[in-house]
Amino acid sequence: MFQVRIHGRGGQGVVAAAEILSMAAFAEGRHAQAFPSFGSERMGAPVVSFCRIDDRPIRTHEPVMEPDALVIQDVTLIHQVELFAGLSADAYVLINTSRSFDELGLGEFARRFHRDRLLTCPATELALEHLGRPLPNAVLLGGFAALTGQITLDAIGTAVRERFPGAVGDRNMAAAAAAFRFVTLEEEEMVHASTD
Amino acid sequence: MLRQIEGSRAVAETVALCRPEVVCAYPISPQTHIIEAIGVMVASGALAPCEFINVESEFAAMSVSIGASAAGARAYTATASQGLLFMIEAVYNAAGLGLPIVMTLANRAIGAPINIWNDHSDAMAVRDAGWIQLFAETNQEAADLHVLAFRLAEELSLPVMVCMDGFILTHAVERVDLPDQAQVDAYLPPYEPRQVLEPDDPVSIGAMVGPEAFEEVRYLAHLRQLDALERIPALATAFEEAFGRPSGGLVSPYRIEDADIVIVALGSVLGTIKDAVDARRDAGDRVGVLGITAFRPFPNDAVREALSRARSVVVVEKAFSIGFGGVLSTDVAMASHDTGCTLRTIVCGLGGRPITSRSLEQAFAAAALDELDSLTFLDLDHEIVERERTRMTTTRRSGPSAENILRDLGTVASRID
Repeated sequence: MFQVRIHGRGGQGVVAAAEILSMAAFAEGRHAQAFPSFGSERMGAPVVSFCRIDDRPIRTHEPVMEPDALVIQDVTLIHQVELFAGLSADAYVLINTSRSFDELGLGEFARRFHRDRLLTCPATELALEHLGRPLPNAVLLGGFAALTGQITLDAIGTAVRERFPGAVGDRNMAAAAAAFRFVTLEEEEMVHASTD
Repeated sequence: MLRQIEGSRAVAETVALCRPEVVCAYPISPQTHIIEAIGVMVASGALAPCEFINVESEFAAMSVSIGASAAGARAYTATASQGLLFMIEAVYNAAGLGLPIVMTLANRAIGAPINIWNDHSDAMAVRDAGWIQLFAETNQEAADLHVLAFRLAEELSLPVMVCMDGFILTHAVERVDLPDQAQVDAYLPPYEPRQVLEPDDPVSIGAMVGPEAFEEVRYLAHLRQLDALERIPALATAFEEAFGRPSGGLVSPYRIEDADIVIVALGSVLGTIKDAVDARRDAGDRVGVLGITAFRPFPNDAVREALSRARSVVVVEKAFSIGFGGVLSTDVAMASHDTGCTLRTIVCGLGGRPITSRSLEQAFAAAALDELDSLTFLDLDHEIVERERTRMTTTRRSGPSAENILRDLGTVASRID
């Protein structure tokens, strides 16, 4: 089972992101379970959502305590909420920011993880470019697909278009594809840097 | 058709396939998504003929459902928590009158302190109201049980409450196989009321009944609930034949054949329990699970049979009777009183406290060693309780306990763990 926890703020589509990820996994014939952190959601308040993906039916209904991957939609949460609780050194982390881990004050923390599993992606900038709105949720799923290899970009596209029919879905998909390319390039650069 | 769909949406679409003629409800979390989705289907004409009636309260919602049902319409509503308590007088009336209303209860804690999260306090508060109460383990079962509920309700002329865990199921997006209209139509015949208010053939329903007949009326209601013990398995078999998957029934056993210890529970926690039980099996403990699908009527015989070979029974409950202990445990104790097993209760998940497989595994391991207390509150923070107890004994005006505890915890917003 692969377990994902998504952190963001009310209004950023945190719950929708988990839902879309689960629909993408479903589109690939896998079992998936998406659910929110069950709070009284308000615009701007910290929100958490979860997604589990497996090849067999998922029975558990507990929150994801030890995620295999963390998606952080809002970087301002990093020093406010216990974002990294339960995270193992093998986990994937994708943070929506145009700044580096050192600039975020996470340099020391980042060195505890596999370097190629810890990435930033300027999802808000990509969303503004493609959607005209600062909604990073579907965009980051493109980056998630590239980072983890748990889901294909095609399946993300199927789910995004199902969730947002018409032009909104197309624009979200274009932004997700851009994030996929960004993360893929980052990873390739990392491979080059380590072989040089 | 297989869909990746929110539990509430799956229930709404399934209820619509049951062709309700009157839907009347008042919004309350975590039930709201169900009623919103049905409201949209009525407004768009996708669900027709159906009247969606907006009212000012849950009391009115159940009262309108009673009126609609008594006039011969198939009536549906949904509620949760305080909403159920607000309609409770009408809830008793619906059962007392024998009106086959189907209601979804999106299980949620009851205040004070106010809490929107899941537990089973609301269902337990109306345990004795005369409704049939069915508990769903999964969203698939939640959807399927509604089809079965309408048929059961109308056959017996009794209201049926389908209980599904608020948020945990209602807000979870999972794989659900939704039936099609032809399948549901074949399983669920049109509503043929046993009693109906119509001007051409006038009757009165709900008139005063004195001491000369009240006990007989109540006893009849009991007999009809016992009839449901026969009909529920039969309808579950018919469901499996019609839809190609098992759903419903009185109880749902898992790995109990050779089990020394059987865990008994209601609702979605059964999934987490099964994972914990598999882990304990791998560790060498012979543990099994008995899910209770029909809580009212309570399947005494089926429970006794399922527990007859167990040395120890652990009832896992998301509610408890303050000043006593387990609620479901009492029923299980009555059913298994002559089987010689020891019975323990774990209270957990109150007000949405996560029930983790790790904590359950520890408790089940303790049960295997006969080291589990007879009443355990899972993951209870004893230190925080003691701090408030001390405050109460040392200070007369110690203030409101709930707020004191939140201050001790330093909580500014609800945490996920």
